Amino acid sequence: MPRRANAARGLGDRIFRYQLTATGVTVLAIMAAVGLFLLLRAGQALRTRGIWAFLTTAEWQPDVHNFGIAAVLTGTLLIAVVAVTISVPLAVGTALFISDVAPRPLRRTLVTMVDLMAAVPSVVYGLWGLFFLQQHVIGLSRWLSDWFGWIPFLKVDGAQPGEPLASQSVYTASTFVAGIVVALMVAPIQCSVMREVFAQAPAGEREGAYALGATRWGMIRAVVLPYGKGGIIGGTMLGLGRALGETIAVYLIISPVFAIQPHILQTGSNSVSSLIALHYGDASPFGMSALMAAGLALFLLTLAVNFTASSIVARSRSGAQSEA
Amino acid sequence: MTVVEELVPETAAPVEALPEVPDVPRRIGGLTRSGVLSLFGAAASGLCVAVLLFGELAPFSGPLGFTLTAYVSFLGIYAVLTGLEENGQAVRDRVMTIVLWTAATLLFIALTLVVGFTAWRGREALPHGNFFTQDMQASGPLDPLTHGGIAHAMLGTLIMITIALVITVPLGLACAVYLNQIQGRFSRFVRTIVEAMTALPSIVAGLMVYAVWILGLGMQKSGLAAGFAISVMMLPIVIRAADVVLRLVPGTLTEASEALGAPRWRTVWHVVLPTARSGLATAVILGTARGIGETSPVLLTAGFTAAKNLDPSAGPMVSLPLAVFNFVKSPEPTMIARGFGAAAVLMALVLVLFTIARIIGGRGPGHLNRRQAKRAARASRRDVERFAELHTPGLSLFDAGQGKQADAQDTRPLPAVPSGAEPEDAKPAVRLTKPRPEAEPDTESRTATREEPPSESIPGENSGENA
Repeated sequence: MPRRANAARGLGDRIFRYQLTATGVTVLAIMAAVGLFLLLRAGQALRTRGIWAFLTTAEWQPDVHNFGIAAVLTGTLLIAVVAVTISVPLAVGTALFISDVAPRPLRRTLVTMVDLMAAVPSVVYGLWGLFFLQQHVIGLSRWLSDWFGWIPFLKVDGAQPGEPLASQSVYTASTFVAGIVVALMVAPIQCSVMREVFAQAPAGEREGAYALGATRWGMIRAVVLPYGKGGIIGGTMLGLGRALGETIAVYLIISPVFAIQPHILQTGSNSVSSLIALHYGDASPFGMSALMAAGLALFLLTLAVNFTASSIVARSRSGAQSEA
Repeated sequence: MTVVEELVPETAAPVEALPEVPDVPRRIGGLTRSGVLSLFGAAASGLCVAVLLFGELAPFSGPLGFTLTAYVSFLGIYAVLTGLEENGQAVRDRVMTIVLWTAATLLFIALTLVVGFTAWRGREALPHGNFFTQDMQASGPLDPLTHGGIAHAMLGTLIMITIALVITVPLGLACAVYLNQIQGRFSRFVRTIVEAMTALPSIVAGLMVYAVWILGLGMQKSGLAAGFAISVMMLPIVIRAADVVLRLVPGTLTEASEALGAPRWRTVWHVVLPTARSGLATAVILGTARGIGETSPVLLTAGFTAAKNLDPSAGPMVSLPLAVFNFVKSPEPTMIARGFGAAAVLMALVLVLFTIARIIGGRGPGHLNRRQAKRAARASRRDVERFAELHTPGLSLFDAGQGKQADAQDTRPLPAVPSGAEPEDAKPAVRLTKPRPEAEPDTESRTATREEPPSESIPGENSGENA
């Protein structure tokens, strides 16, 4: 009689099963506790302020009950959008390079380098952005605002185009600089997701494209990119999730403002996480509750982005196995 | 380089042309002489255009703009040069190859700059021995670099990451095993949640521990709280990485173990975990590298101190990234130098961890390096000799491949194997099969199969689909 493969056999197995299930439940409980306790602590602030006012107010003065996340949330989104805009071309390019272009002996090293880049601590990126990148990027910011200042979000108040000795300080500590640094932090994560998916593009179809006379780029366009579309979208969103939550690098670079600041090249920006890092020390109990509410908003935002991302990546992978 | 042996018809009417075209393999990628020449030619003229524009003609300035102009004109000129002798498709291919090279180069230049800049600015603080042995208790911002150091932060990092590992490793690995071993709706749900949590903003992890531990339970900020916060952040990362590794364990191995009648927990303990050992270690180490470098959870939960504190349960404690963060907020150059010194130490720590992870891991489960393969072969030979001496009845299971499996099942009750299986017995049995999962249904004599040194070139992809 065939034995059921999944059935527990004997006492040992049953204990083993219970223990494993218990760890699963524990991990789930820890993860659920993150949301639960934030919600619990945020309750006071949210009840006092009301959800709508909380979402639409730009100021942050919790002690006079006038606070909201409109400014910081906009800042967070802007930084993340700038970061993703810069990082996606880099990540797609590097992933394609590793999967199809790079000389074969080099590939493993490149993969290791990308992984290493993902492991560099964020505070190191922050230092680099603050002390190195910023002074080199100001030129670019200035050029962009001089020539493209008519595009609303590239405008800089107080800029003096055509004045060579004008102060550069209007360009420092901006969303743009923070975005570049965050882009470098999320690019390796996006790159490794995309590379995995690209590498799974079926060899038969690649060879087929070559056999039909395609050049390498033709093959990439006809086979690898359509095949890896899910990976590109999913990887991009995973990077977006990371970019939304980045704290220390952003905190070190930006100078916080509590007004909606749509001009990405101009000094002053803000993000939810750096708001928390900035104010947790001097917060009253009610202020802390307000910060928890901000943290909850960030948590829900990243969770939604990540869920979408991982389901897209999972779907793009599930098709891969039948043909690989 | 992929080489496709296929001739390329230049014209649209290949039927008559076919016999005349010599049968040379087409090269995809790679370099030809004219390709290299036009590459260098384009680079030189691109540079010249930029020099001309920046120096003489237009009011441009700045190194970044110069590089950009040079690059764009280089691309354009290269396209034109290639277009002189190739068709449009090939031109697009060449240009895109350059663009892909550029993207990768940019990313790696950025990595080099980040690491190199930190090390370079750290050079002021690092040569002083006191930097590694003293804390900052007796040193102020104005003191020279010969006073004070980051010993307290290094110890703090060590303590916090130890706490985090003590929590994360058992819980994380057990949960990964759970996700792999027990299928069902609940475990799928847990996996979804864990995957979504891998990108949990680290400050939210800190905030959660702050809410529970400090506000809820009324504890003070301490190393323990920071360790908890790091654990919350690391846990999903470790689970996810370990889950991926466990999924790669060849199904044939676990099935073989099941077929021998081993209960599930023995299969996991003696087959699955040892097979995936190096991958699991890599997962843990990479999680550790992330945990060590994280500032924001520590920022909220550890407090800040300039003194050495070895007690994680009481009093504020500081970790390396937090120390960096605090040092560079000061306007004093010596403090900033200390910050960079601490960042360089942190970077070096991450690099070391990363290198260790790559050395022990990096291969999929079942892939052995040469020494491991030799050791496995030696162990197998020993086992075979021992089995030959013993002539245990259970042994003939190994010979059952010649279409007599039913016989073996009838005459040898399955429990004979697990009941006599001490860990020493079971492990070699794993090693026997590990390098060559497909050697299982082999019908040749067993010594020949077992003693053959395992080949290293089994592609891991073959065994990965069972999950």
